[in-house]
Amino acid sequence: MKKLSSLLMVALLLISCNAQPSRTQDLILVSTTSTQDSGLLDALLPAFTAETGYQVQLIAVGSGQALKIGKMGNADVILLHSPEAEKKFIADGFGIDRRLVMHNDFVIVGPPSDPASLRFDKLNASHSKPTLVSAFGSIFSSASTFVSRGDESGTHIKELALWRNAGLDPTGKDWYLETGQGQGATLSIASEKGAYALTDRATYLAYKSNVNLQILFEDDPLLLNVYHVITVNPEKFPNINLAGAKAFADFITSPQGQKIIAEFGVEKYGEPLFFPDADT
Amino acid sequence: MTGIFEITFLSLQVSGIATILSLMIGLPFGTWLALGNFRGRSFILSIINTGMALPPVVVGLVVAMMLWRSGPLGDLRLIYTPIAIIIAQTVIAAPVVTGLTAAAIEALDPRLQQQLLGLGASRGQMVWYLWREARLPLLAALMAGFGSVISEVGASTMVGGNIRGQTRVLTTAIVLETSKGEFDQALALSALLLIITYLINLALTWIQQRGRKGDYQSASWRSL
Repeated sequence: MKKLSSLLMVALLLISCNAQPSRTQDLILVSTTSTQDSGLLDALLPAFTAETGYQVQLIAVGSGQALKIGKMGNADVILLHSPEAEKKFIADGFGIDRRLVMHNDFVIVGPPSDPASLRFDKLNASHSKPTLVSAFGSIFSSASTFVSRGDESGTHIKELALWRNAGLDPTGKDWYLETGQGQGATLSIASEKGAYALTDRATYLAYKSNVNLQILFEDDPLLLNVYHVITVNPEKFPNINLAGAKAFADFITSPQGQKIIAEFGVEKYGEPLFFPDADT
Repeated sequence: MTGIFEITFLSLQVSGIATILSLMIGLPFGTWLALGNFRGRSFILSIINTGMALPPVVVGLVVAMMLWRSGPLGDLRLIYTPIAIIIAQTVIAAPVVTGLTAAAIEALDPRLQQQLLGLGASRGQMVWYLWREARLPLLAALMAGFGSVISEVGASTMVGGNIRGQTRVLTTAIVLETSKGEFDQALALSALLLIITYLINLALTWIQQRGRKGDYQSASWRSL
């Protein structure tokens, strides 16, 4: 009996040693799929842990779910690219301390055959460079297959705004497919279907070698994709890891974090995937 | 939540067809394994029993690689269609039906076989009577097969693509609503899925138990 109880004590001691520090050192980061699919967080998080000691539990989901998770207090810090939804999140009192982190851009990708003629060749131009409105217009009028995320993610919301901007409504058209999946899966489906899709450049570059898709439209102010970091409001959810959240926001906007962002992908893809924007 | 009727109907259609196909494969194959007496039989049974635990995502991955346009069956243009989901679900359910069929037939008294043949039954007649005799566990095999595919999400997502109005089924819709943060919708769809699965199993159980009351003991082979 004595043996048993001492064994139990040892076990309890081991458990408490293990659990105690990790309780305060764990940090739940909710982020969009693009930052994970592109591999950026794989570069950022180990550096953050090395710098601060916080272990990050990453939950990569669409922006819609990311905000819902934040609203229920199940996250400490959020990294997002849905400016309008983020502002509402802050206004509703669920988040504080929203800071600009970085941007990349959206591009329209499509099959090399380019049935809607979006491609613009500067040297051999038979027509003027399409505008964003005319690009969406030609996809619409040529009824070319277009694959939408359809999951209320930041990219999906952006895509819907771009259709509205062009004065068009593709919902219900038989050439308009909604996958309800992440960016990577959506690109694979677009590739198999020979379809167009809106994607962030980072995910496209990461998937480029596996899909038969080309960038057919790019460079428009409306295609900017801006990322902010938000801390979940500790007044609403007192048990969030405020110190950890602040450390993460500080790190990702620090010169060191911004440098990692600027250099990420340059070696592998020959161009950066994200552009740091924080005031450091 | 738009198209809930279509999504539900597609789920039932796809999983129903896959279950019927897996029955057409599993019933004869399982019976053959149970009655057979040949080298490698135990080995095949062990493979089938492992197959009963095949992870749907593994099946989804392999079927997707076959059906991708770059894959060996790419010319059939089946990837991201309901047929692709049926193929994957059949692969998932077939080992379940096969394994449980083999177990059901093996559980019958071996003397029954001898007796049937002794009474002059042809081999086909004998198998038919064995199936009738084992119909309770065979219906259980059918229910297990259907249950394994109607609840499956990994393969449906990978080979179907969860395309709205084309390949979105109940389980993939639940994942989507969850990822959108629409937990109410996700819960409602989950309840719908459970109710449908329950009703189908209720019907099958009713058929199964009705068969039990009547002539389970006065088995039809005696009237031969």
